[in-house]
Amino acid sequence: MKSAATEEPPVPDPSVVKTRRFNVSMVWIVPIVAVLVGISLVVHNWLQQGPTIQITFKTGEGLTANKTEVKYRNVVIGHVTTVELSADQKSVTATVNLTKQAENFTREDSTFWVVRARIGAGGISGIDTLLSGDFIGADAGQSHTRAKSFTGLEMPPPITYGEPGKRFTLRTSDLGSLGVGSPVYFRKIPVGQVVSYQLAEDGKGVNVEVFVQSPNDAFVTDNTRFWNASGIDLEAGANGFAVRTEALSALLVGGIAFRTPQYNPDDKVAVEDRVFELFEDEKTALSPPKGRPQYLALRFDQSLRGLKVGAPVEFQGLEIGEVVSINLDFDVEKRSFPLNVGIVIYPQRLGKAHTKLLQALKHDPDDEQRAAQLLGMFINNGLRAQARSGNLLTGQLYVSLDFDPKAPKVEFDPTARPITIPTVPGSLEQLQEQFQAMVERINRLPIERIANNLDANLVELRKGLQQFNSRTLPGVQGTLQEVSKTLQSANSTLADDSPQREQLTQTLDELGRMSRSLRELADYLGRNPESLLRGRPKDAPADTLTPSRN
Amino acid sequence: MNRPPLASELKLVLCHACGKACDASRPRHHCERCGAPVHVRKTDSLTRTWAYLIAALVFYVPANLLPVMNTKMLGSGDDSTIMSGVIEFWSHGAWDIALIIFIASIAVPATKFVALALLLITVQRGSTWAQKERSKLYRFVELIGYWSMLDVIVVALVAALVKFQALGDIEPRPGILFFGLVVVFTMLAAMSFDPRMIWDSRQPEERTDEVSSH
Repeated sequence: MKSAATEEPPVPDPSVVKTRRFNVSMVWIVPIVAVLVGISLVVHNWLQQGPTIQITFKTGEGLTANKTEVKYRNVVIGHVTTVELSADQKSVTATVNLTKQAENFTREDSTFWVVRARIGAGGISGIDTLLSGDFIGADAGQSHTRAKSFTGLEMPPPITYGEPGKRFTLRTSDLGSLGVGSPVYFRKIPVGQVVSYQLAEDGKGVNVEVFVQSPNDAFVTDNTRFWNASGIDLEAGANGFAVRTEALSALLVGGIAFRTPQYNPDDKVAVEDRVFELFEDEKTALSPPKGRPQYLALRFDQSLRGLKVGAPVEFQGLEIGEVVSINLDFDVEKRSFPLNVGIVIYPQRLGKAHTKLLQALKHDPDDEQRAAQLLGMFINNGLRAQARSGNLLTGQLYVSLDFDPKAPKVEFDPTARPITIPTVPGSLEQLQEQFQAMVERINRLPIERIANNLDANLVELRKGLQQFNSRTLPGVQGTLQEVSKTLQSANSTLADDSPQREQLTQTLDELGRMSRSLRELADYLGRNPESLLRGRPKDAPADTLTPSRN
Repeated sequence: MNRPPLASELKLVLCHACGKACDASRPRHHCERCGAPVHVRKTDSLTRTWAYLIAALVFYVPANLLPVMNTKMLGSGDDSTIMSGVIEFWSHGAWDIALIIFIASIAVPATKFVALALLLITVQRGSTWAQKERSKLYRFVELIGYWSMLDVIVVALVAALVKFQALGDIEPRPGILFFGLVVVFTMLAAMSFDPRMIWDSRQPEERTDEVSSH
């Protein structure tokens, strides 16, 4: 490189100068392409950018910024970008970037909830979130207005994704063991579930909202009866024991069953949001409608052990009501403790009898005065209440209303409220009384005297028998021996080779000969009667006179 | 002045392929011996370097913003960008790995941008400031250039190895493509730069024998 020194200053190389000159080179395509790619990315991202919403949850459990996804039908429709405390620090606000396609989820009534593993009423759900982490479930609403901020649900809604079916409202006195998610059964097949429940506005009951999925919602008609199928229905009533249960899961989480009574002329499919009554159990649900209740009072002077509130009231064997109260009372005059029993009867349960009665008597069922008079008439005819034993095993009692023509007459006060029906002692009590009377009668019998006489007689009898044994029996024995001997001798006499028999034979032969001789004589005399006088002629054949052989 | 003359002063150009000193005054820019093209300086060096540098800079943005890979463990997918990976490693206590990734993937490209831009601007302005240090800087930039590919190789390896279907799956994401482009373009930029231009400016007389030659 080193050469002879040249003093002249370095001359700029023309080629170097040329490269410095401004010249549009092809190489600028590279950054232009890069910028275009960058712009296209930005534009694509901007086009894909969906709405941003804010969801408020009570806790941030399971929510992670940039990780937690928002899913609908298990498809990701957005991401949580930030999770932060709300201004009042009472909740957590998650900011969610939804995708472009998920714009429907900004409808005002859209719902969001955190899906995590839950062990709840209807079973275990969200197992997959144990591994994959929680995510936010979403369900688009129907509203036309859009919103930016939502309140997240604490529990996943039981019905999502616009499932076809119908909602119905059930009115009940208390919730029982029902809960959101409790199944609804139709012929023991789960066809829906409890969606929500809330107290009635007046606080006097609970409105349970159920959802019955399509197509089974068609089985809910205007006449359908719903009843609480929760738990085991163990009934130890006057009719014995009865155990009933719906599906096994209903034991744990409660459940509702429905059925339509068999006979349903012109039944229509129930419309959405129809209100039904939720009955206590299947029996009451499917029994005919009760109609207007009538409260009656009974007064018993006997112990009513085994009579319970809820015990049936029967009329001629037909259950028409139930016992609603049992109270002890004190009778100042008699110094006794009678029992006041309140019963409720449903006259409509009498069915045809009730309607006919109304027609015949032109009775208005709402006229209480007339009802009292009517009952007074029945009581005059012998209508009495009686506590009867329905089940000897359990000792349960029921109240029976029956006509007893022999019952003593009772004054009826038609103005008294509540209307009181006179009572007669219970059947078991009557039986007890009769039994007691019988025992007393037996007690009055002179059993001791009878026993003494009987004893003396027996002694006499014994003496007689002893005498008979010692005296009479030996004599009888001797006589019998004599008889035996006689018979033996008779036997020997009659034997074939006995001399007596020989003699008898000879005698009989003699007799035979004699009789022949006599016959010949008779014959001869017949022919020659003169011989009686003249004697036998000399020429007379001798052979005729000789006795024949044999 | 007893400094040896520069090649340009003697109108000579060194062939890069065979090392023959050719006559620069001749219009033919090919080596007389091996036929390789000879340049006094790399063609369009500044323009090309600028172009590649700008392209790399443009790609640097999506490379860092877009996820580079998707880790799927037991069904839950998780996109991670380079920076989120660094933060994740750091927060899990693996600060050494985090540091390596950070240096290789973020610090090195950024350093290259700054260094190359500095070199280009000083050369364009004909600055004579710290010419020796700038030469060292250029060599350093060339040296570290390859290491930026570390990230791309890691993602490629991991994505190829971790394929356990439902249990775990790692997939590359577009970010890594841009990242690879950034590395490629910075390397192209470094290659297009002609470090001899640093010395083309008026230099102090005492440095004349330190002319760099490649």
